[in-house]
Amino acid sequence: MSTATSEQVKAKLAPPRRDIFNRGFAGLSRGAAITILVVLAAVAAFLIMEALPAIQADPAELSENVDWLKDEPGRGLWPTIGALVFGTVLISILALAIATPISLGVSLFISHYTPRRMAAGLGYLIDLLAAIPSVIYGLWGAFVFVPAILPVLEWLERNLNWIPLFKGRVTMTTTEIVDGQEVVTQVTSVGTGRVALSVGIVLAIMILPIITAVTREVFLQTPVLHEEAALALGATRWEMIRMAVLPFGRSGMVGATMLGLGRALGETMAVFMILSPWSIPQISFSALEPSAHNTIASNIALKFPEANSWGVSALIAMGLALFLITLLVNMLARWIVSRRAEFSGAN
Amino acid sequence: MAASKATKSASKPAPKPALRAESLTLEPLSRRRRIVNHGMRVAVYTAFALALVPLVWLVTTVVARGVSRFFLDSNGESNLNFDFLTTSMRGVYGGMPEGGIMHAAVGTLVITLVAALISVPIGLLTAIWLVEYGRGWLKRVITFFVDVMTGIPSIVAGLFAYALFAVLMGPGTKTAVVGAVALSVLMIPIVVRSCEEMLRVVPNELREASYALGIPKWLTVLKVVVRTAFAGITTGVMLAVARVIGETAPLLIAVGVADSLNWNPLDGRMMTLPVYIVSEYRKGPQPCNNPDMVCVPDITVQRAWAAALVLILIVMVLNLVARIIAKYLSPRMGR
Repeated sequence: MSTATSEQVKAKLAPPRRDIFNRGFAGLSRGAAITILVVLAAVAAFLIMEALPAIQADPAELSENVDWLKDEPGRGLWPTIGALVFGTVLISILALAIATPISLGVSLFISHYTPRRMAAGLGYLIDLLAAIPSVIYGLWGAFVFVPAILPVLEWLERNLNWIPLFKGRVTMTTTEIVDGQEVVTQVTSVGTGRVALSVGIVLAIMILPIITAVTREVFLQTPVLHEEAALALGATRWEMIRMAVLPFGRSGMVGATMLGLGRALGETMAVFMILSPWSIPQISFSALEPSAHNTIASNIALKFPEANSWGVSALIAMGLALFLITLLVNMLARWIVSRRAEFSGAN
Repeated sequence: MAASKATKSASKPAPKPALRAESLTLEPLSRRRRIVNHGMRVAVYTAFALALVPLVWLVTTVVARGVSRFFLDSNGESNLNFDFLTTSMRGVYGGMPEGGIMHAAVGTLVITLVAALISVPIGLLTAIWLVEYGRGWLKRVITFFVDVMTGIPSIVAGLFAYALFAVLMGPGTKTAVVGAVALSVLMIPIVVRSCEEMLRVVPNELREASYALGIPKWLTVLKVVVRTAFAGITTGVMLAVARVIGETAPLLIAVGVADSLNWNPLDGRMMTLPVYIVSEYRKGPQPCNNPDMVCVPDITVQRAWAAALVLILIVMVLNLVARIIAKYLSPRMGR
């Protein structure tokens, strides 16, 4: 052993065989990484391929062959997709409007109102909300949550129906003419509560952990020196948060909100089970109007099992639209979140 | 820590501090600032409490409503039994009190297993490439698109798998493999993300020590880096499984529904637990017209809740075991 020449040592250390394995393994892992890009491209390619028959088809012929386009003659594929995109965006924005302030509060609670030691545990508790499958949210929403908030919806409609958002038909007002004057004699609930607003609230619960997870991390990364400087200048805890934490986490908050939006846009089962989406989707701003809204994802889940080949193609065209919208939202969100890395070296 | 405490207690009995802390306070907080500060504290606490309400509400509901099917025997009487776990829906119709999730549990097992077999190698190798080899624009592009891929809606993944097999095998192909491909699209980015994190925390000293012993890079990666991070990788994979095991929409599209047991992922439709919940939910209350038959009108609802209970238990156990592995099996690093 001790008599080995340097030539022999060299031969032992780097025999050509190892080089093959080295290159092979590097190539293999590189190939796997490139597979990811291939898969993403394939998602787009195959969706386009299968959607083309519906996109290129003569609108009249398509309506003839797709039963859910037949319901309303004269309305082609694109207006239907448009109404569904509107419903999807409306419900997602409702969810976002509810979830964002609450998740900011939760993140601040975890990052700045409790001891650091507890941050991980409390974060895990909130993450559990994300672990619950969406089908169970749907079941719970349809059977338990929506009946429970029906009185709230009725109250909103009765008292705030001058806001277009809260117009609807949850309640029915019976009026009678007494002594020449119209008098409300009875207000009855005729709704099931299965309206866009209830779905928005359930979706808000579902996207809350996603928004919280990102903002929590960003808030925890606030440079301690900034916080201490603010406190040393006599700021209260809230003033410290407003002056040091929130400005530092601004792009993280925007990005997190958009991630939540991306999730809400694509959510299927909860919407599908809570809404009763049997009618033709409308463009209507009143979130309490029953059977007026539906989302792309829920519409696909509803129509796909019974669709013929025309219908499948039209539904895949819808899916393509959803894919492009969520892709854009997610790319924007990731870009905003990653941009933060450039100036987070402040600590 | 200990040292600073010692100096603190040592300086405490100093006879007369030259400057007392109180004398530094110039002015008490104005009323407005105090109210805003307290108000925000209340708001933040409320937000956290509000976020916990649905969690507690949902879990207690699922448990409370889910157990009722387990207390229903084939005579429609109240008796604790576990038929629900050991029978399928074959030959079960109307308000019959029988019928269970055996076929759905098997389907979930098979589909999730195939999905894991597809996505774990791809995900792990991608993570290895990103951490050990990747550099330059390709690394940035792949990191970015892995993140973007986590945002693909599950139903789009289902449509993709359906379209892929429609082109390859002919339209209308609905087998477990189609569903597994759909789930893989959702699972790969999750596996990449968590494995990447785990590989990144393996200290560089270990790699350098291995190189110093003349071990080639590929063996260093496999035998040192991956082995050190093994517990973390297992955790990541289990969390990814827990995430996709509840996916419903892609399976509804790609696999369809079935009433009987099917172990073959390449042939025939298959039931899965989440799809089972939806299909029982959509059946609605059953009419009971025949007085000679045992009939439970709300049996479908009971089955849906019981299946939800089983599903939530599986997800929670996966989560819990994953965290335990992460906590106790990971190697002690650092000094």
